[in-house]
This record gives sequence, C-alpha cells and structure tokens, in this order.
Amino acid sequence: MLKLPIYLDHNATTPCDPRVMEVMLPFFTEQFGNAASRSHSFGWQAEEAVDYAREQVARLIGAEPKEIIFTSGATEGDNLAIKGVFEMYAGKGNHIITCVTEHKAVLDTCKHIEKLGGEVTYLPVNKEGLIDVQQLEAAITPRTILIAIMYANNETGTIQPVKAIGALAKKHNVLFFTDATQAVGKIPVDVIKDDIDLLTCSAHKMYGPKGVGALYVRRKNPRVRLTAQLDGGGHERGMRSGTLNVPGIAGFGKAADICRQDLQADTERMSRLRDKLENALLQLDATFVNGSRTSRLPHVANISFNFVNGDGLMMGLNKEVALSSGAACTSASMEPSYVLKALGVEDDLAHSSLRFSIGRYTTSEEIDFVIEKVTNTVNELRAMKTI
Amino acid sequence: MSNRIYFDNAATTPLDPAVLEAMMPYFTDKFGNPSAIYSYGRESRLAIENARKIVAKILNAHPAEIFFTSGGTESSNTAINAAIHDLGCRHIITSPIEHHATSHTVEHLYRHSEATLSFVKLLPNGHVDMEDLERLLAGSTEKCLVTLMHANNEIGNMLDLHAVGNLCKMYGAIFHSDTVQTVGHFPFDLRNTPVHFITGAGHKFHGPKGVGLLYINENVKIKPYIHGGAQERNMRAGTENLYGIVGFAKALELATERYEADSRYIQELKVYMMEQVKKAVRGVSFNGDPLGRSLYTVLSVSFPKTEKSEMILFNLDMNNICASGGSACTSGADQGSHVIRAINNNPNQVTVRFSFSKHNTKEEIDFVVEKLKDMI
Repeated sequence: MLKLPIYLDHNATTPCDPRVMEVMLPFFTEQFGNAASRSHSFGWQAEEAVDYAREQVARLIGAEPKEIIFTSGATEGDNLAIKGVFEMYAGKGNHIITCVTEHKAVLDTCKHIEKLGGEVTYLPVNKEGLIDVQQLEAAITPRTILIAIMYANNETGTIQPVKAIGALAKKHNVLFFTDATQAVGKIPVDVIKDDIDLLTCSAHKMYGPKGVGALYVRRKNPRVRLTAQLDGGGHERGMRSGTLNVPGIAGFGKAADICRQDLQADTERMSRLRDKLENALLQLDATFVNGSRTSRLPHVANISFNFVNGDGLMMGLNKEVALSSGAACTSASMEPSYVLKALGVEDDLAHSSLRFSIGRYTTSEEIDFVIEKVTNTVNELRAMKTI
Repeated sequence: MSNRIYFDNAATTPLDPAVLEAMMPYFTDKFGNPSAIYSYGRESRLAIENARKIVAKILNAHPAEIFFTSGGTESSNTAINAAIHDLGCRHIITSPIEHHATSHTVEHLYRHSEATLSFVKLLPNGHVDMEDLERLLAGSTEKCLVTLMHANNEIGNMLDLHAVGNLCKMYGAIFHSDTVQTVGHFPFDLRNTPVHFITGAGHKFHGPKGVGLLYINENVKIKPYIHGGAQERNMRAGTENLYGIVGFAKALELATERYEADSRYIQELKVYMMEQVKKAVRGVSFNGDPLGRSLYTVLSVSFPKTEKSEMILFNLDMNNICASGGSACTSGADQGSHVIRAINNNPNQVTVRFSFSKHNTKEEIDFVVEKLKDMI
C-alpha cells in the first residue's frame, strides 16, 4: 500500500532520518548543557558534541573543523557570508558578482547591499541555466570583492561550473562564495578541489533538523575574514554569537556523516528513479526538461508541460503527490518562477512546470504511481482544453 | 553523572519531556516546509501559526507582533539594528551590565559612527538610576534608543519595565528590553506595557535551543535583518525551525500554567540558600538586590578571596556541582564578569552565580553549602 501523498519535494525539505533523531535525543533532556558553559561537565559534554559535529560536517566538504561556523540555517549563512565580506573588505572594494538564478537568500541580500552603496553584477544564464565563465571573468574589476554563485540550483538542479569559477576567483584574487544548500550531501563537494572560500549548507535539506546550518569560512590560502552579523557572546570564533543549538548541531553532524557514507549508493539509486520518471513523462507530447540534463543534481527533474493550465495541474496532483512548481520559499506567490524565466522559459510554460525532487526513501512503486498520476492529469487537462 | 547538581539554569535548562513530546511528530512525520502549499506544508504552517497565537495570548500581544528567530541574540541584534537603521534613533542609552548580545551590538554601531552612546548610572544595588536615565533622555538632542535588560542574567536585578517605558514614551524614545531571563519566568501583559521590542529564548525555560522570540510592537515598522524569503511575514527569512517553534510555545504554555507554584518554590530555594550560605561561610555577600526586585532563579554570591576560594569553580565541579562564574556566554573569557566589575569592584572577592529551576531541591542546597564550607 502506498502512503499518500507521495513526497517528491526533497529540495524544499527532508524528513529527519531516524538515525539522526537517535543522536539528537539525549541532548534535549539529559545532556542539555550550554556549550559555552566552561565551568562544569554539562557544558563540556555539549561542547564535545558540537566539536564532533563540526568534524563530521567539515569532513563532508573537505574542510577543517575550525573552518565550520554553525548558523541557524542556510539563509543566515548566505546573509553572513555576503554582508560579512562586504563590510570586512570595504577597503578593497564594493563590487559583488552573482547570477540571476540564485536563491532569494542571496539575491535579496545583494539587493540590500546595493542599498548600502554596493555594486552588484547579476550574470545571466543560458538555456541550460549555466553561467558563462568568460562573461564572469569579464565582469571582474579591481573593485570586485566577491563572486557569489550557487553550487546547484534549487529549482532545476543545474550544477554551475564551480571548479572553473573557483579557479577564476583565485586567479583574480577575489573571494568565491557558493550557496551549496542543495548540493552538499547529494553530490561530492570539496572546498579545496573547487577553490571555494565560503560555502553555506543546511541540515534540513540532508535529512537533518531544521533550524541549523553551516557556513564554511576558509582559513588558509587565503584566510577569509568576516564581520559578524550577530554580535554577542563571541561564539563560533566571534563570527556568529548566540547559544548553540546543541541537539540540532549534533543531528546535523550525524546527517552529514550518513550522507558522506551513503552518497554514492544514494546518488545511483536516486538518479535511476529520476531518469525513470523523467523518461516516462517525456513520452507525453510538448513536454520539456528545464535546465541542464548533463550538469545536474541526480535527484531533481524540472519539467514543463505545454498546453496545460498550471493551477489545474497543481490542483490535480496536490492531494496525492507533494511537489512544487518552484522554490518553497516563493511557492505561495503566483508569479512564474524567476529561475525558469531566466532560462528563457515563457510565462505560460513556467506556470505549467513541476519540480520533482526525489529522496532517500522514495521507492520505485512511488515513482510508478507518480508517472501514472501525472500522465493522466496532463492528458485530462489537455483533453478539457480542446473541448 | 546522575548525581550532578545543576545550579546553572540561567545558562540553559533541560527540555521538558512534555515539550519534546509536542515536538516529536514534526521531525519525521509532519516535516513539510511551511512555505509549501501541499498538505505537508500546510500542516507545518498551521503548527507555526498556532504556536504564534499561543505565545501572543500568553504575553497579551497580537499574533502579528510575535516573530520567531534563532534565539535571543538574533532578536536583540535585530531590534537594536532596526532602531538605528529604520526608526531613526541616533543616540543609544544602555547600561554597563547588559548581556553581550546587547552591549556588543551597541558598541558595533557606535564604532561605525551610526549612533552615539551613553551609559546610565547604576545605584549601589545594581538598579538603574532612574533620575540619571531621565537626565540622559532629557538632554538628548537626537532620537534615543533605550536598551535595558529586564532581568540581569548574572545578578538577577530586575528593571521596572513600566517606569522605564513611560520615561521613553515621554521623551519619544524607542525602548528595547532583553527579556531573555524573564519570558517564561514572569507574566507579561504587553498590551499594557510601554515597550517596543522584547526578546525571548526557548532554552531558558525548559524549551528548545535554537529558537527565540522577538516581539515588535505594532506601532513600529522595521525592515528585516536577515534577507531572502517571505517567512515570518517578510520579517525574518529562512526556513522556519518548525519543531523549535512548536516547542517554544509548548514550553511557554507549561511555564505559564505552573508559574505560581514554580516561582514560589524556586524563590524559597533561593532564600534558603542565602540563609544557609550566610550561616556557613563567614564574610559572604550577595550581589544586586536579591531579596528586592530580583529574579527568583538567580543568586550571585561573593566569597572572600583566599588561595582556596580562587579555585572555587573548579572545586564545585570536582564535587559534581554545576554553577558558573558569570554568564555562560562569557565564561570562556578570563577577563572576569563585566557585570560584577560594574557593581562590585572588590578585588578581594570571588563571585559565583547559582541559578535554580523547579528540578532543584533543598537537599541539593544543603549538600552544596556543606561542600562550600571546605572550599573557602
């Protein structure tokens, strides 16, 4: 028996893995200490748990534990990275390069930077959702302090040429920040190989808890400095004050560990399911994949169904399949996805697009059901339209 | 380790099992992103809005005035920065005994020439000198932000929110109060309290870590501090800490239900400890106004400095007694407590903060006092 609705919106959030829960539980009621309490064992236990999690998260992205700053989530991390660099490197310049398909956490922060007198270049993307590295290089000026390009897009799964961007940033002595919220835990990410200076990720996108994330801040070649955005007790090496969410952080560590160990197997399994779903749905007429199909996260498919009313499509599926037409953060708005628009998708078609994101617990039976359900719904809607 | 005595409840408190129970379904089962429009998302949205209503009702505020954050530090940073950037305040009036979430934020703004800074005088018992506060407000040529904490985390002194709020009103100042030590420990009636911003942290009253409260009075309009999503009615971007928020409301609900009994019980513990310590240790003194306007959870004790008593925190720990030298947030720093320095600059004393919860007992106090005798 299938349990409905089938959840295919893992880019929005994921359920907590039971193994993660198990690790978190003792830190709520028993080992509940404040990690900053230095005078007793409750505090030390909490600090030890945080340090262990720091190692686990660092290992997942090839960083040193000291380079991991825990935050309340990727949005806070994005804010801290961009505003922190903007304030700290004001002496060097005020120019930031980003791209039009970034998450709102980056785009809105950049808009705020502009209000503060910063200059921001928003690079376009091609039909596949990729930026042009040469165009990026051409945009770099002596005043450029930061390149902020996401690792993989949340709506299309398109993976940017991160390695090339990192190399370019290094060559021009500009910092490279990547919002890797959707990539970390899903594909191999290595901050050293990719020359990444700053990176954000979030626990709840990788079967960990909500309310906790991490910002990687490189400490060598170059040593990156940030102006803190939350002042206070000087936690997290002074870069992020506030009592640490110990259970959440412990859970994040475990989630990172599981992802690292199961990455290859999970990737293979999920991409098989994704391909099965995608190939089946492409059998329908006038159906297109949005974004790159070669440089893409293994569990994501963004598909447009032409000649279908978008609201009807959502309403037809909604009860039985939980998915979204774009980012969760903007799914309440009626605007067509700005990401798809940037790829050159027409408004109508953007409206009738669905983002499928497969997860750790998705089964082949569920995919079969979804294929049938989507196929029938699309056919019905098209039939209605022709009457 | 089960015999540990935990007298550091101002640093953090254990989560109430009933709170954990309320949170549990949202980890694995009802886990949807609250911004999503399908059933998983709607379920989460409902849980968050329900939590907001509960919190608003308890604090007698409007749900639209309640915002959830990652904790007290973020709440204070948001409020203080907003007062300067969005509400036109150019002069900050604060005290030398604020939590670092306030003092460092204020100093940052001052260093960047975004505001001038004045420190209100304190009376010998650590209370704010209200006459001096009025002098500062009256003498200010620019719009003021007054940021004064409701209860001090190290010595327990409590501010008269109404008196300060009314002064602020009279002089057109914005009033932010760090209420992290009092939300969940005292009743609030925000509709009838002249304050613009207050803050809270779940983990201070047997709720979860990583979730906080920012109350923004409906009469002030500010811009978000963390950008990038429409969450919290465009005020605080970022996927909501769903279980944290659910837990925050549940913990506040439980604390409110048990307020009468718990506060009386804990106050008795505090008074009992004062009496017993006084009897047991010669030359001991108490910081602040412990029997007056004071937090019933906190007792700050100064012991005469001896070779032995300098090791007191170490020795307490050796006896499985958990207390702290100051606030947890600064206990790593060796500079000592800025709060104690501000009110009691006696170099011949060693200060320990004992802070209690409903889980503590008189027997524990007896044990601790007995041990203290040998540590001085």
